[in-house]
Amino acid sequence: MEITHRAYADVVVVIPAGRLDHTVADDFERSLLPLVDPAAGSSAGVVLDFTRVDYISSVGLRVVLIAAKAARARGARIAVAGLRPVVSEIFAISRFNGVVEIFPTVAAALAAISPGAGVAYAAARPPES
Amino acid sequence: MKRVRFWGTRGSLPVALTAPALRARIVAAVRGARGRALAADADVEAYIDSLGFDVAGTFGGHTSCVEIETGGPDYVLCDLGSGVRPFGQAAIAKHGAASPRTYHVFMSHVHWDHIMGLPFFVPAYIPRNRIVIYGGHEELEFALRRQMEPPSFPVPFGTFKADIEFVRLAPGVRHDVAGMTVTTLLQRHAGDSYGYRFERDGRTVVYSTDSEHTLAGPEEMQAFVEFFRGADLVVFDAMYSLADSISVKADWGHSSNIVGVELCQLARAAHLCLFHHEPASEDAAIAKLLGDTRRLEEITRTGPPLRISAAYDGLEIVLADSP
Repeated sequence: MEITHRAYADVVVVIPAGRLDHTVADDFERSLLPLVDPAAGSSAGVVLDFTRVDYISSVGLRVVLIAAKAARARGARIAVAGLRPVVSEIFAISRFNGVVEIFPTVAAALAAISPGAGVAYAAARPPES
Repeated sequence: MKRVRFWGTRGSLPVALTAPALRARIVAAVRGARGRALAADADVEAYIDSLGFDVAGTFGGHTSCVEIETGGPDYVLCDLGSGVRPFGQAAIAKHGAASPRTYHVFMSHVHWDHIMGLPFFVPAYIPRNRIVIYGGHEELEFALRRQMEPPSFPVPFGTFKADIEFVRLAPGVRHDVAGMTVTTLLQRHAGDSYGYRFERDGRTVVYSTDSEHTLAGPEEMQAFVEFFRGADLVVFDAMYSLADSISVKADWGHSSNIVGVELCQLARAAHLCLFHHEPASEDAAIAKLLGDTRRLEEITRTGPPLRISAAYDGLEIVLADSP
């Protein structure tokens, strides 16, 4: 599966793409969990940018839960941003909207978790036309 | 196999609609009827059918008991929850107490809610009836006898006059019972539970309750996909939300509607029936669960449509005619 990440101040934004189902869940877990470690630059938290995720299954949601538990265990926050309509419905039906914080955009998630990360993200992106 | 009939569908503990809840439904229905032309009985029936099931019906009720009508002379049941009491009454009403019958009972496990109906199963007290109880647990007979011992119950197991046999089934082995081929699958639940796959006349019914799915590895999922493969009907433990089942209620031994849809989609099953409802769930919550699950199936569908139902006491699902 395709997954990239980038740090903004003290928050890491993780960007998976495609279908997060049983065929890629192991890869997703192996890629995501090290990024929850503060050594990866995520001392304040992690934002999962789901703008390129088409679908997430129960196995994929389990990985999100594991990451959320790991983040909370060290006092950090984890959030999901940019849910497509289908994925948003899956979060609601599975009641995962009560497991992680959900924001409409990555910018909103970063600003909520860390003002410094929000500023760094805005500075790194061209102004929207 | 002809049809599946649900006599008990609630998990853990029987529940009953309270008088205030019933009154609230009547008030809602009468208010909704204002201004409608309801002079003809057909209009009344049509109006009631237009109401939601959480107003015009109730999911109930009794704990697990499901009847599979095979088309043969013997009765086939899954579990002996409190729903077996009305089943027994109906069987006697149909055939008369003097007409001996054979009842094949497949036990998922021996937790209380799945055995509590046996002391009230009247055919067990009638001579010349034959009751064959199948299961994977070594302590199956012990558990059924013990619940009828003092001080828990005043009538001992030995009072039964029917011929009662116990048959232990090994997982993965195909057994021939009542014209069906029966296969069992070991499931994750405190003390273990067993799922059953029944096949006859080209039709397949799967009964998989009290079964937790950890989602931790592909082997577990693949075993269930194969067990559900091509089933006409899968009766599935959907007691909790996915979030609860793998977080605050992990290791409680139950599953979710989400996992049910995914497994049935992968297995190309035709019909998923949500079962073993949480006793704390009101009818409106179960109706919403059903609507959510149908929506999930719709937005995640990649193959043929999967029919979704929520079990209720009294539900009958007719299996398609044999090919």
